[in-house]
Amino acid sequence: MKDLAEAALNAAQVKGAGYADVRLDDRVQQDITVKNGQLAAVSDDASEGVGVRVLVDGAWGFAGSARLEKEEVQDVVDRAIRIARASARARSTPVDLGPPVTSRGHYRTPIERDPFSVPLSEKVDLLVRADEAMGSVKGVTVREGSMEFIRHKKVFASTEGAFTEQELYESGAGIEATATSPDDVQNRSYPNSFGRHQGGGGYEYITAMQLDRHGQRVGEEAVALLTAPQCPSGVKTLILDASQTALQIHESCGHPTELDRVFGMEAAYAGTSFMTPEKLNHLQYGSPTVTITADAMTPTGLGTFGWDDEGVPAQRSFLIKEGLFIGYLTSRETASVLGQQSNGTMRADGWNRIPLIRMTNVNLQPGDSSLERMIAETKDGIYMETNRSWSIDDKRLNFQFGTQLAYEIVNGKRGRMLKNATYAGITPEFWNSCDAVAGKSEWRVWGLANCGKGQPPQVAHVAHGAAPARFQNVKVGILK
Amino acid sequence: MKSMEASRLTDEAELKRFIDNLLHASPAEQTEVMVTEWDSALTRFANNGIHQNVAERDVSVRVRVVKDGKTGVASINQMNDKAATDVLKRAIAIADLQPKGELVPMPGPAKSQPVEAWSDATAAATPEERADFVEAICAKARRAGLKAFGAFSTGAEQLAVANSHGVFHHHRSTEATINSVVMGEAGSGYADRGAIDVRDLDRNDLANEVIDKAQRNQNAQPVEPGVYEVVLEEYAVAEMLEFMSFIGFSALAAQEERSFMRVGEQITGENIDIWDDGLDPTGVPMSFDFEGVPKQRVELIKGGVASGLVYDMQTAGRAGRQSTGHGLPAPNTDGPFAVNLFMRPGTVAKDQLASDIKRGIWVTRFWYVRVVQPKASIITGMTREGTFLIENGRITRPVKDLRFTQSILEALNGTDAISRSTKLQVSEYLGASRVPAVRLKAFTFTS
Repeated sequence: MKDLAEAALNAAQVKGAGYADVRLDDRVQQDITVKNGQLAAVSDDASEGVGVRVLVDGAWGFAGSARLEKEEVQDVVDRAIRIARASARARSTPVDLGPPVTSRGHYRTPIERDPFSVPLSEKVDLLVRADEAMGSVKGVTVREGSMEFIRHKKVFASTEGAFTEQELYESGAGIEATATSPDDVQNRSYPNSFGRHQGGGGYEYITAMQLDRHGQRVGEEAVALLTAPQCPSGVKTLILDASQTALQIHESCGHPTELDRVFGMEAAYAGTSFMTPEKLNHLQYGSPTVTITADAMTPTGLGTFGWDDEGVPAQRSFLIKEGLFIGYLTSRETASVLGQQSNGTMRADGWNRIPLIRMTNVNLQPGDSSLERMIAETKDGIYMETNRSWSIDDKRLNFQFGTQLAYEIVNGKRGRMLKNATYAGITPEFWNSCDAVAGKSEWRVWGLANCGKGQPPQVAHVAHGAAPARFQNVKVGILK
Repeated sequence: MKSMEASRLTDEAELKRFIDNLLHASPAEQTEVMVTEWDSALTRFANNGIHQNVAERDVSVRVRVVKDGKTGVASINQMNDKAATDVLKRAIAIADLQPKGELVPMPGPAKSQPVEAWSDATAAATPEERADFVEAICAKARRAGLKAFGAFSTGAEQLAVANSHGVFHHHRSTEATINSVVMGEAGSGYADRGAIDVRDLDRNDLANEVIDKAQRNQNAQPVEPGVYEVVLEEYAVAEMLEFMSFIGFSALAAQEERSFMRVGEQITGENIDIWDDGLDPTGVPMSFDFEGVPKQRVELIKGGVASGLVYDMQTAGRAGRQSTGHGLPAPNTDGPFAVNLFMRPGTVAKDQLASDIKRGIWVTRFWYVRVVQPKASIITGMTREGTFLIENGRITRPVKDLRFTQSILEALNGTDAISRSTKLQVSEYLGASRVPAVRLKAFTFTS
């Protein structure tokens, strides 16, 4: 691997690259799905390849290939150089990467039990037990449980002298029950929605979920939702569970603080951002209760690593401090425009993609409240749990979310279960209305393995530390 | 391996030899091999200049085996003897290690109708050609005092599906797509195009549309949310159809009672016909699905009546009928998928769709659409890059983007007019739709 990397870098320099980096990736992934008591799918996927990124005359070129042969790597370099020269024909400003990055070292995700050494039968047994628990509830029409395991070996080398090797592990699992009536469909899932709860870790991460112990509750809630009253429309106090708070952070703080979006580099696809540079250090993004960090060293986070895909070391930085917007997620290229240095957020979802600014672990710092206290203090509100749908505009201001489950809160007490709960708002108004965040004991890291960005499309695995949080005067129950 | 020069795809005979050898080497009772190989490039631009420019060559060899009534699936992104041995060994090991599950049957041989989806010009497109195309759009935007953003991609791909029952299907295709957002100081416009042959993409036509839209969409003012008559351009209509496919057209969604399709019942206005046809050359055709079943045309909504669903091998088996050729790689829990959608055009010129509207909204496209209630076909999303107020039959001014929360079926139930022209809309995910623009009586904007 090292030989191939060095050969690629040498060739790139000889052919005129002012800067070049090479990434060699080897990724294996196992997916298991149990549906309605049957083992529905098991797959074992492997992908390896090389990606070469070059700067020629201040313009980028990138090429990648699955074939890890010396001649092919030379061809990949040639292709990247030719593409960079073509970019220079229609370049706007020459790329400046700022100070050189010369990281060297090895990083491995701490794991207690290698998920690839756990027998398939043990994994399937756990999913089947959880499935049976969901199936024990009358009225559940579809049950599904899944697991995913990833081992990603990455080598990064650059013409500036960086050389890093990483071995990253992810483990994820989840269950979901569906109940239907002639005119309704309701779902409940655990621990999170959209397939799985995923983290950086080994099989111990799965064991801790205790999927089988939650199957019956998940089934019962799905069935109960069919006959639950509709979430009322109005302006109320809103309390979000930690997983929905995590998604709220993702969509309304993580994405708008990506500096490539701010500079228009994603304008034609994912959009731009309302958090423009003149607002830095001035915008009161949220209430003083709201402090949000980007922390690539959070244990079990999907955004935890040794170095990003530009070789920049993992680090922790503030995006929002006591409500004030003070930082972006940056790359070498974008940080240098603001006279800063990268805070290490560039990641590619494989050898065949260029790194983009991606959230690492964007965490809302724990507060001093608790879910119980927040409910007790609320006269007229709604508690919402587990995401069902999410939508936000291209500047990350106007959002609408729906959750699987909700409860009314009346005079400090949790009341009836409600279905089809939705809420909507405008990002800074919403976060400025945040008056309580639960403390450390309810704070947890939530993995999101489906964050889309870029053309060609890339999917990043990111995470958010979050606890239940409360917001005042929120529009709820938005339905046609 | 021998490869075609321009696009660097393995030639068909070589590919078939590789697959035959793999099938021959398998000790399983049933074996399926699916090979996807692609060579693609994409040039991305922002602020009137290229900022990202990439190319990749990759392959996926996916093997499904059935051994002692158990299924194993493995894939690898290499195509050589060592990789073939490795991927087969891993698929067999998975089958051996697992308990018996539901078997998804493999189809037998059936002739598929050949379709043409290849262009040598697209396969041979160079980075210089892409750069010049992009520069032409940027130059026009620059001259208009605007900034252009977007992506231009060209690529070649081949897919082969074979199994031990004697199935062998091979399809090669090319695709060229360009999308662009053009921004002024106080607003933006959008346009995109997609084609099999890159020469069918007209840079001036695209640039004119997106610049005109951007110029008209400056200094938008808010309008009160509420229920409005709307004109939806093809971009928005295609996205709506894609969501119908996602939540309703699949036999699995119907079998699991989560679909809005009540087959045999009137579910939209009588002037609505929607079908799926993988063989229609005016779409992005493909003659077979990922299970190796030839594609059939399926009437989904005819005269407003829910008429049919798309099936794969698993859902067809459960229903005691034949697959319609809409399978994704099996086994999966997603079910079949309609990816070649068509909506019947009407008789009205697109620029006349607003003519009878007293007060309404013109929508260029949707953004970040998500399902709110699948069975009621309710979706939410935003409008983006070109939302205008219609007053007394004319577009009078741009309005700020609005959030909608709306049942698709209820919206289509009030289809007042349909354009006679259609547009090919290449999906971001899989396949393409050919759709007209529409005028709808009532569409709910919630904020």
